[in-house]
Formats: sequence, C-alpha cells, structure tokens
Amino acid sequence: MAESRNRRWQRATVAEAVDVADRIMRIVLAPEHPRKVRAGEHIDLELELNGRTEMRSYSLVEANDDGSRLAITVFHTPHSRGGSEYMHTLGVGDVLRITEPLQDFPLRVGAPQYVLLAGGIGITAILGMARVLKAVRADYRVIYVGRSRSAMAYLDQVREEHGDRARIHVDDEGTSLDAASVVAELAPGTELYMCGPIRLMDAVRRAWIERDLEISDLRFETFGSSGWFDPEEFEVEIPRLGVNTTVGRDESLLEALERAGVEMMFDCRKGECGLCQVTVQEIRGEVDHRDVFFSEAQKSVRPAAKLCSCVSRVATEQTDDAAAASGTISSSSPVETTHPVPRLRIDVS
Amino acid sequence: MSITTEQNATQAPAPGVTADVSESIAEHTTPEQITTAKIFPYPLNAWWVAAWDHEVTSKALLSRTVADKSLALYRTEAGAPVALADACWHRLAPLSQGKLVGNDQVQCPYHGLRFNPAGRCTFMPAQDTVNPSARVPSYPVVERDRYVWVWLGDPELADPETIPDMHQMSSEEWAGDGETIAAECNYQLILDNLMDLTHEEFVHSSSIGQDELSESDFEVTHDGNTVTVSRWMYNLDPPPFWLKNMRDKFPGFSGKVDRWQIIHYSYPGTICIDVGVAKAGTGAPEGDRSQGVNGYVMNTITPETKRTSHYFWAFMRNYRLESQLITTQLRNGVHGVFGEDETMLKAQQTAIEANPDHEFYSLNIDAGGMWVRRILEKALRAEGREQA
Repeated sequence: MAESRNRRWQRATVAEAVDVADRIMRIVLAPEHPRKVRAGEHIDLELELNGRTEMRSYSLVEANDDGSRLAITVFHTPHSRGGSEYMHTLGVGDVLRITEPLQDFPLRVGAPQYVLLAGGIGITAILGMARVLKAVRADYRVIYVGRSRSAMAYLDQVREEHGDRARIHVDDEGTSLDAASVVAELAPGTELYMCGPIRLMDAVRRAWIERDLEISDLRFETFGSSGWFDPEEFEVEIPRLGVNTTVGRDESLLEALERAGVEMMFDCRKGECGLCQVTVQEIRGEVDHRDVFFSEAQKSVRPAAKLCSCVSRVATEQTDDAAAASGTISSSSPVETTHPVPRLRIDVS
Repeated sequence: MSITTEQNATQAPAPGVTADVSESIAEHTTPEQITTAKIFPYPLNAWWVAAWDHEVTSKALLSRTVADKSLALYRTEAGAPVALADACWHRLAPLSQGKLVGNDQVQCPYHGLRFNPAGRCTFMPAQDTVNPSARVPSYPVVERDRYVWVWLGDPELADPETIPDMHQMSSEEWAGDGETIAAECNYQLILDNLMDLTHEEFVHSSSIGQDELSESDFEVTHDGNTVTVSRWMYNLDPPPFWLKNMRDKFPGFSGKVDRWQIIHYSYPGTICIDVGVAKAGTGAPEGDRSQGVNGYVMNTITPETKRTSHYFWAFMRNYRLESQLITTQLRNGVHGVFGEDETMLKAQQTAIEANPDHEFYSLNIDAGGMWVRRILEKALRAEGREQA
C-alpha cells in the first residue's frame, strides 16, 4: 500500500524566496489545501519550460505544524534541464501547481541505530528525518558531505541542532567522505538513509552489498535526476518503427520518444519500476544508467543491453575511468565537444 | 518540523479592505458539540488492542480490522508481534492470505512479493533489484497483559508508557480468563454501557442485577485520561452470581453483604471494573476486603469499523487462584451476562440506524460515559478527526 500515491494537485503561492547558499534558494510555498507533513515527503511541481509543462520533484525541507507553509530548497544545477533555472526566477506572490505531499522515502521509527547521509542538496530530504530522530531520542548520526562550505545549505542548522551527532565532510577542504568506511563502521541492524549524487549513493550501495548487510536497511531516494555523466544531447533510432529523433539535454529519452509519436509504456518515471525499459541494438557512447531498477551486474554489461528510458541517457564515451573510481561527489569534468554525438539504436515493447 | 509563519503578504487583506464576511462568521462559530454523537469517531493516536496474545503466532497470519484499517498480524520466530497493513504494495492483494517465509517475512499470495517486519519489500519477482519505494505500513505494536496493542496514528507519538494498566491480566496474584465479543455496534456504545452499571438491574436481573443498583448513589471523578465511577451498596442480599462466589471462598456462606463497583476508564478504550462483595459491616468500604471476594472485570474495546467493535474482556479474581474450575465457571458466567449486553447493544445500534433524525438525550447516570466521551472528543479534535 503505497501511501499518498494519489496525486492531488493544488495551487500554491510563493510566500518566501531567499538564497541560502551558493546557487541554492529556499522557497516557502503556501498550499491551497494544507495538511500535516511527514519527514521524507516531497512534492511534485509543474513548471512551464519552453512552452511545455514539465514536472519536477522537490523534498520538503521543513513545514509548519499544519502544513500551510512548505519549504523546498532548489539547487541551480550548472547543467540544468531548465527546471532549477526557472525555480530560481520565482518571487513572492507567484503561483504554482503542486501536488499534496507525497511519501516515497518514509522514516521508520524504532531501529536501534540510524545513519543519515546527505550529499549536497540531498540535505533537503535528510533534515526533517534528523529532527524526528532527535525528537524521539533515537541513536542517530548525520553525515553531511559537500563540495565547499559555501555550497552547503543549512550547514549551521545541522551543526546547531545535532551537535556531536553531526559530521561534516567538505571536498575542497580535503575532508572528502570515504563511503566505504562509513559502511564499515556500522553495527548490523543500523538503518542508513541517504540522499545525494548517484556516485555517492552507488559507492555506499556497493560497500553495503560487499558487507552483506540487510539490503532493506539501506534507504535512499532518487528522483532519477543524478547521473555519472552530465546530460548531453544524443540521437535515438527505432528501425522497426522508422523513428529517428534527437534527445535534448533538457528532456528524457522517454519524453523524446513520446514526442516522436511512439506509444510508450511507463509508470513511475523515476527509474524504479522498469516498465519503460528499451532494448539496445547498437550504441555509440556509453549508457548513463540513472535508474535503481537494474542491478549493478545488469548495468555493467558491455555493450549495454537494456536501459530505463525515463531517466537513463547516453553520454560520450569516456577514455579514462578515473571519475568512475571515485566515491566522492565532485562533479565530472566538462563534456568534450570534439566527439561525435552519442547515438542509440533501440527497440521498444 | 518547524517553520515561522509571521506574515504572509498574499493573505493579509489590503488596508481598508474588509475580510470576507463568511470567513469571519466561520471563525466565530462554536465548534460542533460531538459529545453525544451516536456514531462516535475513533482516535488513531491511541493504543488499541488488536488481538489476544494467543491469537498471534509465527505459524499463520491473522487478518483483523482495527479502526477501519485491515491488518495482517503475526509473530517473528523470536516471538515479537508484527502488524502490517493487509494490502500488498503492488496490487493490494491481502497479505494475510499469504504465508510466512524465512526470516520473519510475509509473502504476498498473489505475486510473491516479500515484506519484512518493518514492512519493507525484500523480494520482487522477475527482477534483480527491489524498488526502494516498495513498502507496506508496519504499525508500532506492543504485547502487554495478554493483549497485542497497536498504534495506527503518528508513529512518532507511540509511547508504550501510555498503554492502559491491565496488570491483573498477567499478575500472579490474579487468576482468570476471557473471550472476545464481535459486537455489532459503535465502540462508544459499549463504553457507555460499562461506565454506568445501573443497567444491570434491568438487563442482568437474573445474575448480578438488583433493585439497590438504581437506588444507590455514585461518585464520578476524572482527570486528563481517566474517569472513575464508584458505587457502594450496603447491607443487602447478594445476587446469585455473588452468592456463588462468596460460597467458593467461604463455604456455606449466607447473609447480608456490602457490595462495590468501582469503574476505571483509561483512554482510549479500556475499562477495568473493581467489583466484589464482603460480609456486611466487616470494613470493606474502609479498605479491609478480607471477608469478601474481589474480582476485576477487564474490558478493552477496539473499534473495528464505525458500526462494529472488538470487545475483549476477562474476569480476574484474587481468591482460590488454584481452581481452574472456578476460572471456567466465572468465564462462562460472565459470557452469559455479556451475551445480554451484546443483544441490547446490537438492538440499540439498529434503532440508531432506523432513527437518523433523532438525537441522544442524557441522564444523570450518564456522567461517567459523558466524561469518557469528552476525553475522546478532545483526542479527536487534536487529530482533526472529530467528524464521524
């Protein structure tokens, strides 16, 4: 029984919009139909981009008791698909369409120990959980990782509220997090909740599986928005249907195929259910798997066999795999423009 | 979670503009009185009994509805009770019709998804991974005093310290047993029934009823989460049920007794009634009950739906603890008495349904039940669930 699966849309008015860190803006929304918010919840939000209506998901960082004030926090990504750029133009009084709070990342009360791991803007999903765990006097730790202090939203708040329970790692201060060591220190039965870049989460997940810890104790949320590579434009062809189109940086493969008139099957649109998978026939470039449906083993097949079209992309093949070896969250090097455009030939169900 | 709500430019009326008239009327309307509601809503931030201890096992799943939520109940191999929502995450098939598999997990009867005691999915068919969102609610659950208690509301507020005291159920100083009645009425009607025992004279005339009940005075006290109704009756002939109990302890007893009924309610649905009789004038009202027999009627009522309830009861005694015969006789005796209540409560619910336009009126004797209703009403308002 997935709770809050019914997406009830409503209007929400921007009540506050302030910068809280480098390229990070806190936006407080006043929804039309408030309800109490629980840790781990997010909202989906509609925005108009280039004449299209698109949807984005944002964790609820904070809310007041009756949920009539909802705070989200938006990182203006350097390689934005347009969403975060748009969000950063919002001002007090602007009206948006949002869902009621949705829960896909619930915090379970009652575990013997907790680790909350936030990478960068992932702090937005973690902050509320830390408050709950403090309030119920749970045994918990907060680990907050970022590139530089100035780019870490709510840093003071984390330190003030959680004191010795909080650990801060900053890449440009030389205190990057070693994800494997975090997992190595855990007592079995500890629940780890994480939200952050996919490199960080993949490193934790690998260490978790190597230690043979209970996989259901590792909790994470991804909106399919983070990849190993920056989004690039790529070409896609479906010979059987005579379809040829280009997937723009600011859209998904699924969206591009729908735009080209292909009737696609899908459900979650965030890389979880696997319904939108396509079969790869030929590829120039490398699949940037951004889903959590395929296993590590399935994702490491070369050449790639399948991918989730809702979130995964194709990127220019990298010649060195230094980036892949890193468990830190530093962003990958800029895309080289001399390579031919990545290309994908697929079939669909 | 906190956030400041100091001001909101978009909602504050502009200077000189009067706020909408209908809004200000709504603000000043007295909240609706629900104390005498016929179909009383139930709070969720509350410990309700879901089952007897012996009903929940590691061998099979138990399906039970509490407060309109279907639950699948079981025990881990280590003995800990588990309460999961009884609907698979995938296509809502009832998990209670599935089976228990390795590592304390429930396997869905339809497509074989597996869930652990925390409600998290651990297996999905035909794929190598498990969707991280896949879960069913797992409710806080505590086993105490022979019952399995569940908390269906905000799990952050689930404090086992607030479970009602029913210690006689698991004490070496008390013996007894009980049953469950599938009551076809709103749970509050049962709480009303137990908070005023004047009805014994009319409903239970052949066993525990006697004229003195409606003639005697009673005292009602209350605090935040409890209500107590005390009634003492002096120098009277014991009714058949109590004469038999006196003779179990004092063979051949005959004569007058002093009789007491002290009703203790605890939020949300527990009523433990200290009952007994002692040889008249031997000091029972002053605290010396050695010349009498003392029982505790342990009742805890759980709403199943708005119109049906699980009525768990037991009769405990603190004399002749060694006698299994007396345990069985008392259980059977109370079974007969409560059967009379069951019939009346069902008839009352039927009449309520047949008379939607008629409201309840109250009598002096309803004071105890009305304080219970007031406590529940406050809890409901705090949850914003006062509408039935």
